[in-house]
Amino acid sequence: MAMEISSLTKERLKAMFAEGKRFDGRKLDELRDIEIETDISNKAEGSARVRLGKTEVIVGVKLGPGEPYADSPGKGNIMVSAELLPIASPRFQAGPPDFNGIELPRLVDRAIRESKMIDLDKLCIKEGEKVWTVFIDIYPINDDGNLIDAANIAALVALKIAKVPEMTKEGKVDHHKEAKDKLPLSKDIVPVSFSFFKLGNSIIVDPTREEAEACEARITFGLSKSKDKYLINSCQKKGEAYFTGEELARMSSMLPGLYDQVNEKLKKFL
Amino acid sequence: MAHKRPDGRKSDELRKMSAKVGVVPNADGSAMFAFGDTIAIAAVYGPRLLHPQHMQDPSTGILRCNYDLLSFSVSDRKKPGPNRRAQEISKVTEWALLPVLELKEFPNTVIDVQIYIIQADAGTRTAGINAASLALAHAGIPMKDLVCSVAVGKQDKELVVDLSKEEEDFEEGEGATDFPIAKIANKDAYTLVQMDGKMSPDLMAEALALASKACEKVYEVQKKALKDEVEREAKE
Repeated sequence: MAMEISSLTKERLKAMFAEGKRFDGRKLDELRDIEIETDISNKAEGSARVRLGKTEVIVGVKLGPGEPYADSPGKGNIMVSAELLPIASPRFQAGPPDFNGIELPRLVDRAIRESKMIDLDKLCIKEGEKVWTVFIDIYPINDDGNLIDAANIAALVALKIAKVPEMTKEGKVDHHKEAKDKLPLSKDIVPVSFSFFKLGNSIIVDPTREEAEACEARITFGLSKSKDKYLINSCQKKGEAYFTGEELARMSSMLPGLYDQVNEKLKKFL
Repeated sequence: MAHKRPDGRKSDELRKMSAKVGVVPNADGSAMFAFGDTIAIAAVYGPRLLHPQHMQDPSTGILRCNYDLLSFSVSDRKKPGPNRRAQEISKVTEWALLPVLELKEFPNTVIDVQIYIIQADAGTRTAGINAASLALAHAGIPMKDLVCSVAVGKQDKELVVDLSKEEEDFEEGEGATDFPIAKIANKDAYTLVQMDGKMSPDLMAEALALASKACEKVYEVQKKALKDEVEREAKE
């Protein structure tokens, strides 16, 4: 994690976390309020804005016809990208993506892809020739930490409301016809991600930017639930510190509870 | 009910491992590590002064890992040059190795670790980390311990270690889950944790126990490779 906060702040946070306290008064395992808005951009097939405290991310889903990959001639494609625009943080710079700009869309991609939420077989237009590519484009608008989990929720909601555009006879997207069909999604698979951050021996969830920058390691889990069973679909550790086996088992056991909290907020969009 | 692995291995059985230290004479340290048909080589250059100078850190040395597949190492030729997957693996490899290194002893320097996959049959990042850990030790960089890496996988509902490519492509039942981890050899400390697939949260402890046992076997192979090299040098 980039050390862009002072050592003084880091030491203070470490001491507070050890006592189970945070600057904003939350408990270590307490999420910030989640606000979700949909249809924030009408040219997108589906779009959503998610706020986690002061963090704001918008996601738009677009569909475009394209060629299938050679190893999956009868399946549509998923392409997730993110631009960390300088609008969202003094720490973001224009130009080619740095590692954070590469990792964010990859983590969202894996959480969604591995959950099998999108039925890629149904996105085939003509086997071996033409399939739909689902573009999931992520734009942080204000970075106050935990962009990954915010982006994941926004992507999920945007997908849930996305519609498949109509095509012209020539096989191009018809922008004049109203889209009717929903994106082929498995109804009961709802992938959400949870990132845990470690400083000293303390583990917190949903950090502010300041907290995240003080932390020495992060681990992000992509989680879904189907038929009342929770499944970890993806996970990735980041940072110079390590996690003990006990910590990994403890975080895993916290996942169902966190999932249910977020799912409660998501219900009306699913 | 036990799931049968295509190559007849037991669930906790790794592919045949081999390791050799000192495979790149020009480097300050180097090693090869193989899990079955997956072969990784790693070379360490440094610590050496970091250029450009403004990137130097007077409080510590810097670790820079670069992982990539050689273009011919996979079935469909890979376009030369690092793609995003390779960049991500380079980064998680750095994080896997950093906890054992004492970089504060080498201010303003960089240690470059170059990892290349000569032949890929799944488990390339784990083989790469094992090779890199050996290469760092061979280069004489102060380390708290070796880092050992292996993937635990799931075939439908059964946990197995060190998946081959054929196993990674398994599609029956719950399909295949890939759960690559790295850990510090003699410590309950996981330095790489990634996953793709499906795994119930309650399986975490069991999967880690399996990984941890497999890492002990990797550790033995690594130690032997280092010992062989020391003995060879002593004879010369």
